[in-house]
Amino acid sequence: MINDTIAGISTAVGNSGITVIRLSGPQAFLIADVIFKGKSTVQEQESHTIQYGKIISPKTGDIVDEVLLTKMESPRTYTREDVVEINSHGGYTIARTLLNLLYESGARPAEPGEFTRRAFLNGRIDLSQAEAVMDIIQARTQRVSKVAVKQLEGSVSKKLDDIRERLISLLSAIEVNLDYPEYDAEEVTLAQAGNTTKEIIGILDELINSFSFGKLLREGMEVVIAGRPNVGKSSLMNRLTRKNRSIVTDIPGTTRDIIEEYINIKGIPVKLVDTAGVRETSDKVEQQGVERSVKAISEADFAIVMADAHTLLTEEDEIILKKVQEEGKPFVLCFNKVDLIKEEKRERLKKNMPEAVFMSITEDIGIEALEERIFKFATENIQDMDNQVLITNTRHENQLKKAKSYLEAVYTASQTGMTLDMVALDLKAALEELGKITGHYADEDVINAIFSRFCIGK
Amino acid sequence: MSDFIGGEYDVIVVGAGHAGCEAALASARLGHKTAIFSLNLDSIANMPCNPNIGGTAKGQLVRELDALGGQMGISADATFIQSKILNRAKGPAVYSLRAQIDRRAYSGYMKLVLEQQENLDLKQAEVTEILYDEKKVTGIRVHTNAKYLCKALILTTGTYLKGRIIIGETSFEGGPDGLFPANRLSDSLKNLGIEILRFKTGTPARINRRSVDFSKLIEQPGDDEIVPFSFMTTELKENQVSCYMSHTTKETHRIIQENLHRSPLYSGDIEGIGPRYCPSIEDKIVKFADKESHQIFVEPMGLGTMEMYLQGMSTSLPEDVQIKMIRSVPGLENAVVMRPAYAIEYDCINPTQLKLSLEHKEIEGLFFAGQINGSSGYEEAAAQGLIAGINASMKLENREPLILDRSQAYIGVLIDDLVTKGTNEPYRMMTSRAEYRLWLRQDNADVRLTPIGRKIGLVSDERYNKFLKKRNQVEGEIKRLKETILPPSDHINSFLERHGSARIVTGIKLYDLLKRPEIEYEHLSEIDQKADLSKEVLEQVTINIKYEGYLKRQMNQIDQFKRMEERRLPDDIDYSEIHGLSLEARQKLNSLRPLSLGQASRISGVSPADISVLLVYLESRKRKKSK
Repeated sequence: MINDTIAGISTAVGNSGITVIRLSGPQAFLIADVIFKGKSTVQEQESHTIQYGKIISPKTGDIVDEVLLTKMESPRTYTREDVVEINSHGGYTIARTLLNLLYESGARPAEPGEFTRRAFLNGRIDLSQAEAVMDIIQARTQRVSKVAVKQLEGSVSKKLDDIRERLISLLSAIEVNLDYPEYDAEEVTLAQAGNTTKEIIGILDELINSFSFGKLLREGMEVVIAGRPNVGKSSLMNRLTRKNRSIVTDIPGTTRDIIEEYINIKGIPVKLVDTAGVRETSDKVEQQGVERSVKAISEADFAIVMADAHTLLTEEDEIILKKVQEEGKPFVLCFNKVDLIKEEKRERLKKNMPEAVFMSITEDIGIEALEERIFKFATENIQDMDNQVLITNTRHENQLKKAKSYLEAVYTASQTGMTLDMVALDLKAALEELGKITGHYADEDVINAIFSRFCIGK
Repeated sequence: MSDFIGGEYDVIVVGAGHAGCEAALASARLGHKTAIFSLNLDSIANMPCNPNIGGTAKGQLVRELDALGGQMGISADATFIQSKILNRAKGPAVYSLRAQIDRRAYSGYMKLVLEQQENLDLKQAEVTEILYDEKKVTGIRVHTNAKYLCKALILTTGTYLKGRIIIGETSFEGGPDGLFPANRLSDSLKNLGIEILRFKTGTPARINRRSVDFSKLIEQPGDDEIVPFSFMTTELKENQVSCYMSHTTKETHRIIQENLHRSPLYSGDIEGIGPRYCPSIEDKIVKFADKESHQIFVEPMGLGTMEMYLQGMSTSLPEDVQIKMIRSVPGLENAVVMRPAYAIEYDCINPTQLKLSLEHKEIEGLFFAGQINGSSGYEEAAAQGLIAGINASMKLENREPLILDRSQAYIGVLIDDLVTKGTNEPYRMMTSRAEYRLWLRQDNADVRLTPIGRKIGLVSDERYNKFLKKRNQVEGEIKRLKETILPPSDHINSFLERHGSARIVTGIKLYDLLKRPEIEYEHLSEIDQKADLSKEVLEQVTINIKYEGYLKRQMNQIDQFKRMEERRLPDDIDYSEIHGLSLEARQKLNSLRPLSLGQASRISGVSPADISVLLVYLESRKRKKSK
């Protein structure tokens, strides 16, 4: 807890363009070198200089982000330890990936207030501020545990409980054999331990996949672009996709009428959905497309209703707008092709419809304004978007992954004929990692389970 | 009634059970004038319950005690009548030695050891009062009104304090095994402001061997190869008896069900808190109703007696019900009960009032060990007794107390659990209570503790030299195995095939060969000249090699753990004034006064954030001091 290397986020994520990820501790440079590729290695980089480079996932070789990396050698740093700061423009998703890479490369998630605590312990912060430091630690911890509780509500928590319950059940069955060999509790065989562990790994995988972020942050906020044909939906889609770094390429298997694209607006992951033109139609084939579009609107978190500034709202536009309103979707009305109307008319329209966005994709007018509206909606409506959520999330994710690696060791041991005492060692380690998320102590749970589930005694 | 001074001692031990014997021997052996008091000198080191020593986690405790220079292992080796290693197939972390003991022989042996011990006096008397001056112990008063003065007092009163025996609807004042209780000492403790708890335990009936039909029982012989408890024991007797197994029947369960209303556990006559791990037979039948049968073990109490112990049948049902239910067990149809099962309630103290040295936090010179601290079991008691005896001596010599931490010994886990977390039932040691079970093995107790015992002064030259020799041999052999490289050859590969192991194409170290699960050390004699080494040495070598990866990981965890244990918390901290601490943490820390940050972190209600705050506090305090 005292001499290791920690990583965490030192700026707010999401609302500012830049996220700073900080590494502090004796192995900061070494760990940074595992994921950073620049002109020189971090270890060779001169102290208190900035260098440009790429973050590359050591496992996949993928480029995760382009960043600026600052190296600061002890003691002239915030914590008085060796410090690396990575400036990323990527927002939530990228910050999360970066943190995970650092954790996988040997850094430990920083505890709440830990950078400050280290700064103090290393003499960087004046004695007169000791109380303030202690307050920060306590306050941040409370904040984090609040967030953690919030995160753990619902299905995630149920799944986690389920995994813990299975682990406790397996481990207590093994422990009762180890601690009470003379009683007739059923012996757990290595094969059984292996099989059960494999099942648990399966559930844990599901949890890891579903746990990390809420649906919004995991899959992105779903934004649908609706409008009658030829108002410029596809152009908008292309424009936004080109401008904003695409996180995931096209999802295959989507219908020919709906194109989905993942983009990143100011750090918010957004799933952009382009619909076929929605209009009342009797054509059978087209009817299907329309139905799908209506469905896309109903599933989206937010709608961009596009119309033509030249024609203003046509009857068809009104129908689409009505659909959106019927679904109760928050939306923004966008008038494209403002370049085709006169300045004077444009001003008048703006005055009459202050809520609408007037844009021209070809002339690159109003795109920023549209993005701003999407971002504003996201940040206003998603309560739990702040640093603590991200930090809590990545920490939990890290613990789940660690638990998984212990369980994998259990499985291997069960296959190679290791003894049960060693198997129990890793099972307990896995349970402890999960316990860090829920605040349970493995020892107590297992001993209680032994006494309540098995009949032992003199 | 006029009083008089009966004697003056450095250390007085009250109670001559397993804790008291170790405490008194340790203190006397360390050169302190010691007296041990017992209600009855014929019940020294008595085993009022199960006639065996060791078992899972408990066997480890005895080994550790022995490695430090304690007595229990040596006495058990001298008087065992059957020996067994439990968990042989489940891995070295949980191998546990257990021996059936001749109860009278053990008691007699221990009494003689005490009697022969220089610096040690044995006294038969009931201690009725603790004498003190301010907050410092000065001596004791006994029932004859004699006063004995001392500098340190160790209370090891077992289950005697205000003991009450319950057999069904009958209950009476009494100590274990038909002895008198000690009724006055608890009040003296209360006067000192010590918090008293009331616990309960129990023991099954004893029956006459002649009345047992052995043809219906399953024999449980001891191991062919006998392993001693003590690192000093070289020659051991053979097994002389067997144990036997039977089981309860539907009839047994029916009898119990029908008479449940007569059990004081269910009628509310017993107030004391009983242990979950030692449920009475009626508890088992109520709690585990779907289990159709429970095992019963029939164990001899010694060579010079026909009495047999019925493990698995602890009960507080009335005697007539006991007889009926015992006789419903196959093989026991005609069993003649010699002593009925009983439950016993007794006073003990809340152990969180103690320091890790087992000295009371407020009252100087007052130490506690054994069941009075809320533990259960002979081995748990003996282990605490040894530590209390050592620490009373350390105090008199102005030396640092011996505090074993959780990574050093089960003894450390035991005492830390009791003192830091407290207990709400009689505490039994289990291997699952130890975080570092793979390191806290019975086979390496000497490696872990003999050097410590040597520094304390309880390890003789003989024991120490024996230990050094073994350690050198282990290290030497591991080195040799690392340095011996076998080139690939037909000879080697046919050897590997014979043992179902993969062939080699390049040279391989013997060390790496041994890492293969299918290759045992004994196999090596087929390809390597055999080193002439004892079984104990080879066991160490094999475990160190085969489990190297797991051991390394455990040692890393221990390193982490140690860092927190080494951060000492000064005595004079007022936690209520530390700003950032949570309210609960302030209260808990102020009342428990932990020794280190590590200990603080194990107190329930103290969060990691509180520990963080304490780190900052310690640093700011240091800076203030240096100003």
